[in-house]
Amino acid sequence: MCRLIAITSDTPVSPMAAVRALDVMREGHDGSGVGLMLRDLGGPFEEMKDAPILSGIFTEAGIRKLDSFMINLGFLTKYKISIKIPKQTPPGIPRRDMYLIRAYEYPEDWEDLSGAEKTARLLRVRLDLREMGRSENDMIVFSFWPDTIMIKEIGDPLAVGKYLGLDNERLHARVIMGQGRQNTNYAIDLYACHPFFIEGYSTMTNGENTAFVPIREYLEGRGEPGYTGFFSDSEVFVHILHYMHTHLGLGLPAYKHLITPLQESDMEAHPDGEFLYHLKRTCRKLIIDGPNCVIGVLPDNTMFMAQDRKKLRPGVVGGKPGMYVFSSEVCGLDYLLPDRNKQYDLEPMHLDTAIVVPDRREVTLCRQTEPLDLPH
Amino acid sequence: MQTDGAIGPSTLSLKDLPWQILWDKERCTLCGRCTAVCPVGAIELKVFRKRAVNVDVDFSKPGKRGGNVFGTFYGIHQRTSPAFACVGCAMCTLACPNDCIGPVAADEADKLRFHINQGGQAERRGGRRNDPGGILDRIQFTRISMLTDPALDAGRHEFELTTLLGRIYPPEKNMEMLRENGWIPPVREIYPLIIGGMSFGALSPTMWEGLQLGVTYLNEELGMPVRISTGEGGCPPRLLRSRFLRYVILQIASGYFGWDEIIHAIPEMKVDPCAIEIKYGQGAKPGDGGLLMWHKVNKLIAAIRGVPEGVSLPSPPTHQTKYSIEEAVAKMIQSMYMAWGFRVPVYPKISGTSTALSVLNNLSRNPYAAGLAIDGEDGGTGAAYNVSMNHMGHPIASCLRDCYRNLVSLGQQNEIPLFAGGGIGKSGNLAANAAALIMLGASGIQVGKIVMQAAAGCLGSETKRCNICNIGRCPKGITSQDPRLYRRLDPEDVAGRLVDMFVSFDTELRKIVAPLGRSTSLPIGMSDALGINDKDAADRLDIRYVV
Ligand code: SF4
Ligand code: SF4
Ligand code: SF4
Repeated sequence: MCRLIAITSDTPVSPMAAVRALDVMREGHDGSGVGLMLRDLGGPFEEMKDAPILSGIFTEAGIRKLDSFMINLGFLTKYKISIKIPKQTPPGIPRRDMYLIRAYEYPEDWEDLSGAEKTARLLRVRLDLREMGRSENDMIVFSFWPDTIMIKEIGDPLAVGKYLGLDNERLHARVIMGQGRQNTNYAIDLYACHPFFIEGYSTMTNGENTAFVPIREYLEGRGEPGYTGFFSDSEVFVHILHYMHTHLGLGLPAYKHLITPLQESDMEAHPDGEFLYHLKRTCRKLIIDGPNCVIGVLPDNTMFMAQDRKKLRPGVVGGKPGMYVFSSEVCGLDYLLPDRNKQYDLEPMHLDTAIVVPDRREVTLCRQTEPLDLPH
Repeated sequence: MQTDGAIGPSTLSLKDLPWQILWDKERCTLCGRCTAVCPVGAIELKVFRKRAVNVDVDFSKPGKRGGNVFGTFYGIHQRTSPAFACVGCAMCTLACPNDCIGPVAADEADKLRFHINQGGQAERRGGRRNDPGGILDRIQFTRISMLTDPALDAGRHEFELTTLLGRIYPPEKNMEMLRENGWIPPVREIYPLIIGGMSFGALSPTMWEGLQLGVTYLNEELGMPVRISTGEGGCPPRLLRSRFLRYVILQIASGYFGWDEIIHAIPEMKVDPCAIEIKYGQGAKPGDGGLLMWHKVNKLIAAIRGVPEGVSLPSPPTHQTKYSIEEAVAKMIQSMYMAWGFRVPVYPKISGTSTALSVLNNLSRNPYAAGLAIDGEDGGTGAAYNVSMNHMGHPIASCLRDCYRNLVSLGQQNEIPLFAGGGIGKSGNLAANAAALIMLGASGIQVGKIVMQAAAGCLGSETKRCNICNIGRCPKGITSQDPRLYRRLDPEDVAGRLVDMFVSFDTELRKIVAPLGRSTSLPIGMSDALGINDKDAADRLDIRYVV
């Protein structure tokens, strides 16, 4: 079972804090990898909220390929953070040439594009790069999106964090997601590392989605080029979230209704019963199964946690106005916020979604039996 | 054989028959029950000759001593003419109070098969393809949840295993229709095991009543939304006008039998039927219409079907009024929708065929098509030509799989539910076969023969046992219209057994899906759970090859 930690804070926090929290929960991960997503960035990126940031791992050859590709498209490097790689690589961490975090200036001819067109093109660039790196394994691309950095590496989270010098002030962020990996895939593939990301939406999961194959097949048929990869059975969570928002126009409280719909008796008593009935039928192929605790972040940096239908996984949300932590175990939360009022800790149950909106004043618990705020 | 007797081409000996009767003279009391019960008159009471050698040991008397003593005794004789060949039903064994009679399968291929066509009449029978076993029994469920995702508890956890029958719009379109109060196709949430079309007429009144009773009990007492198709033969008038009609799928086929009655009953219906099934084909006899032989067309059947008594009722192979797929499918579906004010799902049923994909492609563009039922080559029937049963048709597994894969490539796998039938549970592995097909992409399963076997004690088998459903002499009273025979079947017992069958199926289905970590929805298309120890089959079905 993997370990999850997510922080949302008014003041930027070091990613190392998340890594240390994962280390506290280390009993649950086997040190096979760590994944981090940083958003609402502090540091130098504060000044360039709109510039798309490319995160990934490259070889020397890969970098050259990248540069010529990006220049061809008209992208200019705006800013970059260099991660100094120590000479000695600790055991269990592979040797890499370069961890890239680079913000770009949009090409001139993109300036007049609509928002949707721009996001579609950014996605296209990321997928192209991913494809280009596939054969030689010389480019691994995690995200290409404004105000977003992703770092993933194989190895023990704390060792990786120290090795990459993640205490770097320039990496501080207000929204951080981190996963300490318990490898349940046969071979470790970095693309199978959580968190997963698409167009500003990201999720990470602690569990196993046993309905993966039918869901993947359904998502692949939605005509979205970004619904691809599927190296992990948990990757579909982020696509379902994205699909719900962008295709169905539904808000976060509907997410649980998609992945774990109510049963008939509850639905009959629900004020939006008819709508939910239709949603359940038409989105039947998106129903998840198995034990899963999902933590996710929306493009506006709203953070949430939702559980599977049977609430088979742990998960806790706690904090105080200004800073909240979503954690798979209480000890991770305790480590980051020892002085919070523990009475206000919440453990979302099988019908709940715990939500912290970007003002970070409180945790809202949204139950599936409550009325939905439907678009009309 | 008398020395002066003629040996004709079709003169058979006991050895030439598929079933030989073993009779124990020592225990027989000559009560005659066996001969009375035999549905085909294969055995009769006969006078046999016997000879005893009388040895006279009194040598004092002159003349001839001792010698042969000829006499007679009574016993059971098996007839050998093709018309009276034993069918191995073993009703004689069942009836015998002294356990002294019973059929034994021949130890080599019979010769009867070459002589069954007396008078040029090709063999006709009931039952299904004479070939036991099949690919479904070989599919294993290999993706067992272990430590990474603990298996669920089949007895304790909540399971949601219903399925949907009806056309489902893509989510975007459905929401738009909901907003604009547009028409959204009717959808039924039903149990994934459906009792497939066995007509009133093919089945006896007691069997039909028992099934309806059982279905009602399952729905109203156990909360299992089980549905039953009428088959082609109409529906009893009182059922049409009762609230129980909601559990019934009305079938219309090329003979349109019973539809006059149904159409006239529409204004008086209290509830809508579950769905309308348009039968274009049947797995047991693809390309051949339904057939109810005259023996079974009595007064009641004639009345319900709207035909004269005592005539054979063949349905044409195709719907005669249609000449193209657009006609056959689109118009007929639409008219059926219209009849019930667009409130009842209408779907076609076809036999398994390599052309199923073209039908499906047509349906996928027709927003009214509520699903597609495919009946594979192992499906059963009440009456068909032996050659159709044994040699025509397509196995259900690959046919269903191709259709599902096709829907996946169109992104329409949630929109048109596929229902698979034909030999499911043939070897008794009902839940395993059904679950395998569901994971290959079926939304639900249609069964018929196993219902007769489990709920009414049908004796038929794929090794030529019984299978005389066509002649109206079903020894169990399942497929007979003769009151002397169908009185053998008590509807309440049938209902009770039907309930047993469904409840145990439900337990087994949970015992399959729980270890796979599935409980929140029926695992339709969860092909990653399946494995088979045959590389070619694995490739063909796109599942894991395991050895
Ligand atoms: S097995 Fe059936 S068909 Fe054969 S003799 Fe006995 S009762 Fe008649
Ligand atoms: S039923 Fe049994 S005892 Fe009676 S005649 Fe037949 S074989 Fe003999
Ligand atoms: S028992 Fe009846 S239904 Fe079964 S095979 Fe024999 S005749 Fe047909």
